Amino acid sequence: MTALFSRRHFTSALASASLAPLVSTVAWAQERTLDIRGGGTFRAVPIAITNFAGDAQQAGMMTGLITNNFKRSVFLQPIDPKVFADKQINPDQAPAPEFWRTINAQFVVTGRVSRNPDGKLRTDFRLWDIATNQQAAGQTYVADPANARRIGHIISDMIFSRIIGEKGFFDTRVIFVDESGSKEARRKRIGIMDQDGGNVSYLTKGDDLVVTPRFSPSSQDVTYMSFGSSDPKVYLLNIDSGQREVVGNFPGMTFSPRFSPDGQRIVMSITQGSATNLFAMDLRSRSTMRITDTPAIDTSPCYSPDGSQIVFESDRGGTQQIYVMGANGGGAKRISFSDGARYSTPVWSPKGDYIAFTRQKAGAFGIGVMKPDGSGERIITEGYHNEGPTWAPNGLYLMFFRDPGGQAGPKMFMTDVYGRGEFPVATPGFASDPSWGPLLK
Amino acid sequence: MSLVAHARLLKFAAIFCVAFGMAACSKNPDDANGGLNGGIGGAGALGAGSATPGSAQDFVVNVGDRVFFETDSTELTSAGQATLDKQAQWLSQYPSYSFTVEGHADERGTREYNFALGSQRAESTKNYLIARGITANRIKTISYGKERPVAVCNDISCWSQNRRAVTVLAGGNS
Repeated sequence: MTALFSRRHFTSALASASLAPLVSTVAWAQERTLDIRGGGTFRAVPIAITNFAGDAQQAGMMTGLITNNFKRSVFLQPIDPKVFADKQINPDQAPAPEFWRTINAQFVVTGRVSRNPDGKLRTDFRLWDIATNQQAAGQTYVADPANARRIGHIISDMIFSRIIGEKGFFDTRVIFVDESGSKEARRKRIGIMDQDGGNVSYLTKGDDLVVTPRFSPSSQDVTYMSFGSSDPKVYLLNIDSGQREVVGNFPGMTFSPRFSPDGQRIVMSITQGSATNLFAMDLRSRSTMRITDTPAIDTSPCYSPDGSQIVFESDRGGTQQIYVMGANGGGAKRISFSDGARYSTPVWSPKGDYIAFTRQKAGAFGIGVMKPDGSGERIITEGYHNEGPTWAPNGLYLMFFRDPGGQAGPKMFMTDVYGRGEFPVATPGFASDPSWGPLLK
Repeated sequence: MSLVAHARLLKFAAIFCVAFGMAACSKNPDDANGGLNGGIGGAGALGAGSATPGSAQDFVVNVGDRVFFETDSTELTSAGQATLDKQAQWLSQYPSYSFTVEGHADERGTREYNFALGSQRAESTKNYLIARGITANRIKTISYGKERPVAVCNDISCWSQNRRAVTVLAGGNS
């Protein structure tokens, strides 16, 4: 695994760069606002990504990676370069706005990737606002070639945030379960990759059955459920060191873990007899706290972004439904009510505005969102089997898995929260249980 | 899949079998006599009568190592209870065996809920065997949720085989 460097590490070279720093001058978002909410007025922002100049292979990778990112963003719409008068333009000059207006480009991206004498890659980019014909963003990065993809994602995030006015999500990683072999004897191992499917590596070998890996929001840790020689248990794994430990010391099965937003606690299900209840463990003191006490099945707990509440599913009322309660338990209130539907796997948006879930209704499995009070339910996709949504850290996108059934296996997909665009997430094999990590620092 | 649809399907299967007299039709889920090889705790390929009495093969082939559940249910069916009565009798006769009851769910549920559901199925099976005189300290339980189906297809003919609790003898060859 390539060690992760902080963004500061890449950009610290800026001061010593020979070119003058690229300066952002235009407060574009203040002049025009893009309404990305659901509704009829939305129009994606057309953007022209010109070929980066310089080192042919690296520049081509950079142009392709940024274009692919923006295609999946839904809010930005890369213009087909076939209509460009010049595929590549001098990255040191302002693009001639007259031409770009004729193809309705609101923004133009230019850039260059070159190699420094010490072998490091130097990447410049500029974002040009065609309406004002001014530079809206620009930056220089110097990094080891192994980090070239990360630079592309960091640039994508800068451009996305500048235009959309929301936090980016491209410089993130996703953990998931890689599946192989027959369904009767599936081999599962935990994989980790960039959000666009790049840089895949594996955190477990596949000897033990593993499910539901979840990213820490604040550290390079993963919690997941694994079958080993005894009862299946919740484990904590450090991505960098590979060190692994059982979480807590409970009799019986522990499963369905998830970190608190500050990364200091893990909330999970513990089965004792026929009852499955929720417990939380503080990772520093190792003290545990019971949160629910029912004879029913309480599982899939997830904290609200401020840590004060927990959303979870329970069949205490007869069928699986979604409930919200205080983080210490008590006062659980049901929020899911569609007739004849079972609701499960609730996950709270990092923005706090929605809870995403899996819904089973009339034989179909769908992915949807509702507000934390249960209002505004909207199904984003529905079919034979969709399950297990996870939020991008900016709360604007979901990833989930879809299984066509039979001996075929699950694949992962991402969609914007308004359901305007769905895209397959490229994985080497069958893949399930995605968990979207935080924006890298 | 509703229970009505399930009943209809079984009825259809019965008519089909009568009409064509096909041997394969005897492998309905509640027969549990070796037609479900390949799962955890599945039987060997031995026919009835060829297993040594008191062996794990004997248990699987002549007693039946598994019981089945309705959709999202943890209640033992009457057929399931009959199988467990036979299991309890056999396990009383051969008291040296300890065993694990594996609970499973079908794929028409979400992963985490299915772990809990499989656990409840294992638990109700265990409790039934205890009520029939088997001592609790011989019994372990584990849930595999929907992770280990024995039949894979997109209809109830598979799902009904996967909603199961399987009694796996310690030291058995499965």
